[in-house]
Amino acid sequence: MSELLIKNGFVFDPLQGIKGDRMDIGIKDGKIVETSALENPKTIDAAGMTVMAGGVDIHSHVVGPKVNIGRLFRPEDKLFKSPHKSPTCSRMEMGSSVPSTFKTGYDYARMGYVFVNEAAMPPLHSPHVHEEIRDTPIIDNAAMPVFGNNWFTLEYLKNNEIENNAAYTAWLLRATRGFGIKVVNPGGSEAWGWGLNCVHIHDPVPYFDITPARIIKGLIETNEHLGLPHSMHLHCNNLGNPGNYTDTLESLRLAEGYTPKNNFGREQVMHVTHLQFHAYGGDSWGNVESRSKDIMDYVNAHDNITVDMGQVTLDETTTMTADGPFEHHLRALNNLKWANVDVELETAAGVVPYIYSPKVKVCTIQWAVGLELALFSKDLMRTFVTTDHPNAGPFTRYPQVITWLMSRAARDETMKTFKWLDRTIESTSIDSIDRELTLYEIAQMTRAGPAKALGISNIYGGLAPGMDADVAVYPLNPEDMPSDPAAIEKAFARCAWLVKDGVVTVKDGEIVAEPAKRTIWVDVKVPDNAQVQRDIYEHFLRHYSVKLDNYSLFEEHLHNPRVIEVNAAQ
Amino acid sequence: MSKKVENVGCPYCGVCCDDLVVTVSDDGKKILEVENACAIGNQIFHHATGGERVRLPRLRQPDGTYKDISYDEAIDYAANVLYKAKKPLIYGFGSTNCEGMAAAAKVAEKAGAVLDNCASICHGSSFLAMFDNGYPSCTLGETKNRADVIVYWGANPAHAHPRHMSRYSIFPRGFFTGKGHKSRKIIVVDPRHTDTAQVADIYLQVQQGHDYELFDAFRAVVRGHEIPDVVAGIRREQIVEVADILKKARFGTIFYGMGLCHSDGRNHNVDIAISLTRDLNDFTKWTIMAMRGHYNITGPGAVWSWQYGYPYCLDLTKRDIAHMNPGETSSIDLAMRDEVDAFINIGTDAGAHFPIDAVKHLRKHPWITIDPNICMASEISDLHIPVGIVGVEVPGIVYRMDNVPIQYRKVIDPPEGVISDEEVFERIHKRLCELEAEEVAKEPVKAAPEGVRVGE
Amino acid sequence: MQHNEVIRSMKTVTLTLTNPSELLLEGQSITPDNFAGKKAAEIATLDVWEGKQKGPLGKYFTVAGDGGATAADTRIILRGDCTRVKRIGQQMTAGEIIIEGNADMYIGGWMKGGKIHVKGNVDSFCGIGMEGGELIVDGNAKHHVGASPRGEWRGMKGGLIRVAGSVGNDTATFINGGTIIIGGDADIHVSTHGEGGTVVIKGDARGRVGGQMVKGDIYVYGTIENPLPGFKMVGEVEQEVDGETALFAHYIGDLGERHPISRGKTVYANLYTRI
Ligand code: SF4
Ligand SMILES: [Zn+2]
Repeated sequence: MSELLIKNGFVFDPLQGIKGDRMDIGIKDGKIVETSALENPKTIDAAGMTVMAGGVDIHSHVVGPKVNIGRLFRPEDKLFKSPHKSPTCSRMEMGSSVPSTFKTGYDYARMGYVFVNEAAMPPLHSPHVHEEIRDTPIIDNAAMPVFGNNWFTLEYLKNNEIENNAAYTAWLLRATRGFGIKVVNPGGSEAWGWGLNCVHIHDPVPYFDITPARIIKGLIETNEHLGLPHSMHLHCNNLGNPGNYTDTLESLRLAEGYTPKNNFGREQVMHVTHLQFHAYGGDSWGNVESRSKDIMDYVNAHDNITVDMGQVTLDETTTMTADGPFEHHLRALNNLKWANVDVELETAAGVVPYIYSPKVKVCTIQWAVGLELALFSKDLMRTFVTTDHPNAGPFTRYPQVITWLMSRAARDETMKTFKWLDRTIESTSIDSIDRELTLYEIAQMTRAGPAKALGISNIYGGLAPGMDADVAVYPLNPEDMPSDPAAIEKAFARCAWLVKDGVVTVKDGEIVAEPAKRTIWVDVKVPDNAQVQRDIYEHFLRHYSVKLDNYSLFEEHLHNPRVIEVNAAQ
Repeated sequence: MSKKVENVGCPYCGVCCDDLVVTVSDDGKKILEVENACAIGNQIFHHATGGERVRLPRLRQPDGTYKDISYDEAIDYAANVLYKAKKPLIYGFGSTNCEGMAAAAKVAEKAGAVLDNCASICHGSSFLAMFDNGYPSCTLGETKNRADVIVYWGANPAHAHPRHMSRYSIFPRGFFTGKGHKSRKIIVVDPRHTDTAQVADIYLQVQQGHDYELFDAFRAVVRGHEIPDVVAGIRREQIVEVADILKKARFGTIFYGMGLCHSDGRNHNVDIAISLTRDLNDFTKWTIMAMRGHYNITGPGAVWSWQYGYPYCLDLTKRDIAHMNPGETSSIDLAMRDEVDAFINIGTDAGAHFPIDAVKHLRKHPWITIDPNICMASEISDLHIPVGIVGVEVPGIVYRMDNVPIQYRKVIDPPEGVISDEEVFERIHKRLCELEAEEVAKEPVKAAPEGVRVGE
Repeated sequence: MQHNEVIRSMKTVTLTLTNPSELLLEGQSITPDNFAGKKAAEIATLDVWEGKQKGPLGKYFTVAGDGGATAADTRIILRGDCTRVKRIGQQMTAGEIIIEGNADMYIGGWMKGGKIHVKGNVDSFCGIGMEGGELIVDGNAKHHVGASPRGEWRGMKGGLIRVAGSVGNDTATFINGGTIIIGGDADIHVSTHGEGGTVVIKGDARGRVGGQMVKGDIYVYGTIENPLPGFKMVGEVEQEVDGETALFAHYIGDLGERHPISRGKTVYANLYTRI
């Protein structure tokens, strides 16, 4: 069948420790193969270019109800802001900060990405999530159901019933065709059901007699009990507030003493997402300052934790999170329109437009905090590029983020536009950091690292024979890197080639094919658990507004699945 | 032996009851009994197998009569109409599944059509309010489990959404509301003393068309300001009393209906209701929800938002960018202004619901109706394409009024040979692609620029 | 006068609608910015749309005269019945457009500068999203005069809209700056969600004047049929408005809405009704 040879590129594959060697990559029937296995391949000339595995995004909000509210309630995010349809794409591409599903797929592909993990799926809405996944072309998707405010979880963990919680978790992953355990503002979004919050990890959750700390630990235990590919994935309490770094450190410490148990090569027990929003000192917006050093010192010293940046890109964007109380708080700061959806027994969500302006001191401090986290990192296999799309900025700005990381000059250029430059420098360390990341480190942060943390590094994130033939070729010559940082950004925005599943999908930055995408989910076998079955039956009988039999995703609404099987029955 | 199908969704109103039990005859062709549904829901199922169904597309003849034609011929006719028109309009989707809506969007984008749904003539004003002010809402189960104060404003669920009060709002016992009705305060605001007002603890007879003023008064009082003695026909003392109840609620939901979003000022009435909900969240927890009418009228808003970013009134005529501006790109406005030159009526009855002048304008041009049944629209059409009934004969995803997706089941087979909306649109799409390819083959140079019809 | 000198140096392009479209026309290319530097024949090739059908402007209009060197040097005169021509002058930054009769929707939409003078009536959405310049309508305008586009909280930012006749509903929604002067009456909703700018209604207003308004000024010379409960009278003031001085009752509001605090004082929107 179809064979491809990507010739003479500079290959960066951290999973195999390949650091820019000039190599050929062989592809046959959608998989990477030894070049010797090819008979009569078509050739892609990658001479003078950078070759990496297809990008892997560990945390992005791309499909589902709150993303869609973000689209629906922001017509002004489209008017005069949408590109004209590309003649090579089958569908229109509308939107900017919250793109349509089609634009999402196309833009990720143009940047050389092939896998995107939807960061928060409200379980009740899983059919919606899967409908949007169907309409997101090219890229493979997984979606993490949220557990941190789920009544079953709260009840089981209150009594330390890890086995029951594990059985429920396995059931919910199957019911929603979900990927892993997402935790958003544990306890806080349940409290939001009453207009309240859990700001600190020892604040009790109203009526549930449990604390966020206990929820976090219990979910780590559940995750390792099941041996899921990914770890517990945490959005900490007290997001976005001055002084919150102490809460973050306390949350990180909860992982101490836990070791990963899984067959997927994952080495962390806790992934902490959009760390930028959680690394602030000071006690008011007047004296807010960066505490990224304290946070990263801790992360650097504890290898059972991975993190992603949540980099602020200084754009007008749309914030959206299952952290309902945070969005309510934010709407009081900027007085803009506010959407909220509390989801029965499970979670909440809020959506508010937001403008990160280089003229606003807090925004430029946030910008510095995000970059510092990566630049202070001693292990970029555990520190990933994200913008918490679209919260700190749209994912389409990854090329700019990469450029800031790779170029001090690019950072200086941006800082020149700051109105409060001196105050920003005073309150952060950014100006004292000269570090410029290498292409190898960028490959760690954008494919190898996230794939490993997600427990899918046997399929995605690398170029070893047997893995999916997802290969991105960027028009960047590592031996002759451009002096103009804008050229780096341009190269990462539009790859020269993207091969997805062995199909040439992007050429010269344009989509040329739309190969079938996949839905990745995790199916865990657990022992039969009569009590959990009874609890599920009871809650559906009394408290849900839909019938149990209509809640689990029907097989016909799951599109092109790729199941990862886990046996936790023994 | 008859068989029972359980957990069936009701394809009638936005309450989307999914607990129906339908008994089907031996041969799987007839519906014998429907349990748990209200009277309207019950009727929908019996209606499906009650009378004679149209089994083939029907094309209007020069003498005014209808002639049966094949699906292939009908698809070809529809594709040609869409292809030739300068500004076709595809409208409806009150009663079909999301799969059909997604397929229709594909057709509209390919054909360069305006794509709109029934929200355009009912809850479109809710969308306008959401654009301007957001939507602090929740799922219906939240209301059931937590709410101690319920407001129905300009809504009469007793008639329009029969099981709404018993399933979600007034009567059910939820997790934190174990006492059911007894633990809840019910406030009804409506110019008419409706059947819903009968069950209210407090009824405010707002003066017709002055809801906005009443909301303004509530907001002023909530912020501690003085208001006039009487606003919108309601005495100040009563406004103050109700405002106090709203502020002291533990969890409240405002359900509003067409009485609010269809009286003077429309979207602004909803907009200020949202403002009040926002304000109340500074004190306690409040949510608001539109009482969407049909079982899946929330669906097109969801599907087209993820596909284009706009829930309704999508002008796709440029084919490279979508444009939306209700007041311009809304079906009635387009029809009244005589701006469209072909019309597809799908899953609704524009013949019955549109103003007569709009119908007259539309009738000047080709009119195609896609609907399982004979309706006013089908009888004034040039072409009627029958389809299976979603929720009875065709399964699929629908969105309840609170945006919760419900997976609907198939209970019986459609009449032999009858296909689904989704299949009709997929086939029209395929035919459109063929027409385009034929044209490119014929006149490769002229066909090049997007949007230019060769020979015109 | 300097003003006249400027006008004399302008070049004039006259468009006469001789072959009207069947359904409608979208004429966003009809702006001094697009005509500048073009000969009549080139102008005739600019795109206009009738639904999905893109055609050259010259298919519908006869074009006489060339554009000036820049937008500021270009004047466009539209003749014939443009009742169904939308988007004339959209996003223009300079120059002048004179419409001899009626025009359709979006006239002067998102306008940044220059001047449009419509001698007849316009439909809805004229001056929507306006940032600067002048839009003069001798007749009536329908709805959404000087309003913000859907969902946009940054509404009219600057410029002047003057409608001699009456207007429909939703005038100046989300207005942030600039001035709108209506010679006749206004239907419901004036300056809803406003956060700046000035609206003057010289006739009557039906109601919902200043609802959900944060900041900004409204003057109503006639009566307000249904005043809002969120406005409170605070006194009488003499003010000069549009060249005349008069005595007004001064109200502040919308008391139901949030209001910023500036130098220790709460800033309200002002509503003045003529006494
Ligand atoms: S309330 Fe509505 S959805 Fe429920 S059975 Fe009646 S008609 Fe059907
Ligand atoms: Zn996130």
